[in-house]
Amino acid sequence: MNSNLSPRAKVAVYGLMLILLIPFVFPTWWMVTSSVKPISDIFAFPPEIIPSRFDFSTYRQAFELQPFARQYWNSAYIAAIVTCGTLLFSAMAGYAFARIDFPFANALFMVLLVGLLIPSEVTIVPLFQIFLGWDMINTHWPLILVPVFGAPSVFATFVMRQFFIALPKELEEAARVDGLGRFKIFWTIALPLAKPALGAVAIFTFLHSWNLYLEPIVFLSSPEKFTLPQALTQFTDAYGGAMWNIQLAAATMTAIPVLIVFVIAQRQFVEGLAHTGLKG
Amino acid sequence: MTVVATRSDPPRRKRVFWTMDRRDSLVGYLFIAPQVLGICVFVLLPLALVFWYSLHEWNVLARTFRFTGTENYQRLLSDPGLVKVLGATGIFSVFLVVFNMSLALLLAVLLNQKLRGITIFRTLFFSPVVVSLVAWTIVWSFLLQNNGGLNGILQVFGIEGPNWLRNPTTAMISVVVVQVFKNVGLNMILFLAALQGVPKELYEAARVDGIPAVAQFRRITLPMISPTVLLTSIITIVGSLQVFAQIAVLTKGGPGMSTTVLVYYLYQQAFEFHKFGYGATLSILLFAIVAVLTFVQWQMRKRIVFYEQ
Repeated sequence: MNSNLSPRAKVAVYGLMLILLIPFVFPTWWMVTSSVKPISDIFAFPPEIIPSRFDFSTYRQAFELQPFARQYWNSAYIAAIVTCGTLLFSAMAGYAFARIDFPFANALFMVLLVGLLIPSEVTIVPLFQIFLGWDMINTHWPLILVPVFGAPSVFATFVMRQFFIALPKELEEAARVDGLGRFKIFWTIALPLAKPALGAVAIFTFLHSWNLYLEPIVFLSSPEKFTLPQALTQFTDAYGGAMWNIQLAAATMTAIPVLIVFVIAQRQFVEGLAHTGLKG
Repeated sequence: MTVVATRSDPPRRKRVFWTMDRRDSLVGYLFIAPQVLGICVFVLLPLALVFWYSLHEWNVLARTFRFTGTENYQRLLSDPGLVKVLGATGIFSVFLVVFNMSLALLLAVLLNQKLRGITIFRTLFFSPVVVSLVAWTIVWSFLLQNNGGLNGILQVFGIEGPNWLRNPTTAMISVVVVQVFKNVGLNMILFLAALQGVPKELYEAARVDGIPAVAQFRRITLPMISPTVLLTSIITIVGSLQVFAQIAVLTKGGPGMSTTVLVYYLYQQAFEFHKFGYGATLSILLFAIVAVLTFVQWQMRKRIVFYEQ
């Protein structure tokens, strides 16, 4: 039903999509352009869709008002560790549940699925107490441990398991007959074949960690420990009002690098998501 | 597997304890150990604790921690704020799911057309998913200010816009809309994949029989993608109950309590008013809602889903 649209229908589809695009694209454009406008212009009327004057000092100010470079590093290294940890543990567990026959496998898998139903919002109060007991409040440990072992990684394990179930077994069986151990098989045969699924999991996990907001504001209290989402909301004046242009400059610096990576690798992003995400 | 293992054992020697099967099981347990232990420590233990805490009055500032049985639950039932909170949560979730799913389906159908440049459109519609959540919310907050970009643009056309975030109705609409445009790309892609999985022969047969396009959509497309619709609706509803950052940045639950959803109320009670016991009780409520919704949808799967892979 898709191939032969009449020219008129084509115009209609393009037109509809262009209109629908506005709320998806305009906010990002408005963020970037407003961040380089002088403060007097950001609420100008009529709104300046294209800036007439430029003021890049907001980008310097963002680093002066807060330890923004440090906060950037915090977010980046936490997301990197969370992503690597999740990839490793979810691939191992997913592989074991898909391929290895061991007693109580199903029961243990059900335990994991229960974990999927319990978002960290439900357990945030006791988590705070647990980390308080371990002297980990105002450290980055909770932001690493909770995602790597909580609901997001269970989702990742589920995705990996589905992938390994669908993967043909023949290669691995041949290797087994040759006397290769399980660990070798996993590491040298199964894992390299799982790149598409690992890619999808990596993207999900990275974005989840990069966007985390409730956990940082609960667990962290000093600005040099903050992560980016938390830091972005702190660009306020003495009265608590937002310093919009600086805030938008910081927001732009937070959003644009990820957006660029996405545009370059959009194929892997979208297709990895569609094909390994949620089938079956 | 057993065959392989025993055959490699020389006969007459004493049986090896670490047969291939046993070694395999051991490796299996080692592989799942980090995940299972992690779940126990960081999900199941806190879940048990949350039940325990909910039976206590616990004020962190006053350093009180005493067993009060079901007092917190009685308080929950008589909490006048809770009605508003559940109302806001319900309205938010229903509007979010309906708007999100229908927009995702519309976009997926549009993107499923074979047109030049369609990948560019797909990329652009998906792009908010990868924009940092708080950054996205801050821009919208900036746009929705009384003298902000949206009202400025409306004014160019002679329309006087409302103060979006200061009026209960428009504030609710705003948080829903901001969240939908941020995340609808995910559902859109899943729907698109499902649409592309529908066998072309079905449409060809329908065309031969002269069935109009709308009926084709209702009788072929929707039933064929119903497993995806169900799965995404579960994820979207559970996700809608977790929305926190958007509320915190856009409205702080206001004006009044009009956008105070359950998670935000929980956060306020536990971490702003330091009532950990009551916060834990609200966590139990949140957990119960998520569990019931998931269970109901799982049951619906048997009735509504026409076709399963």
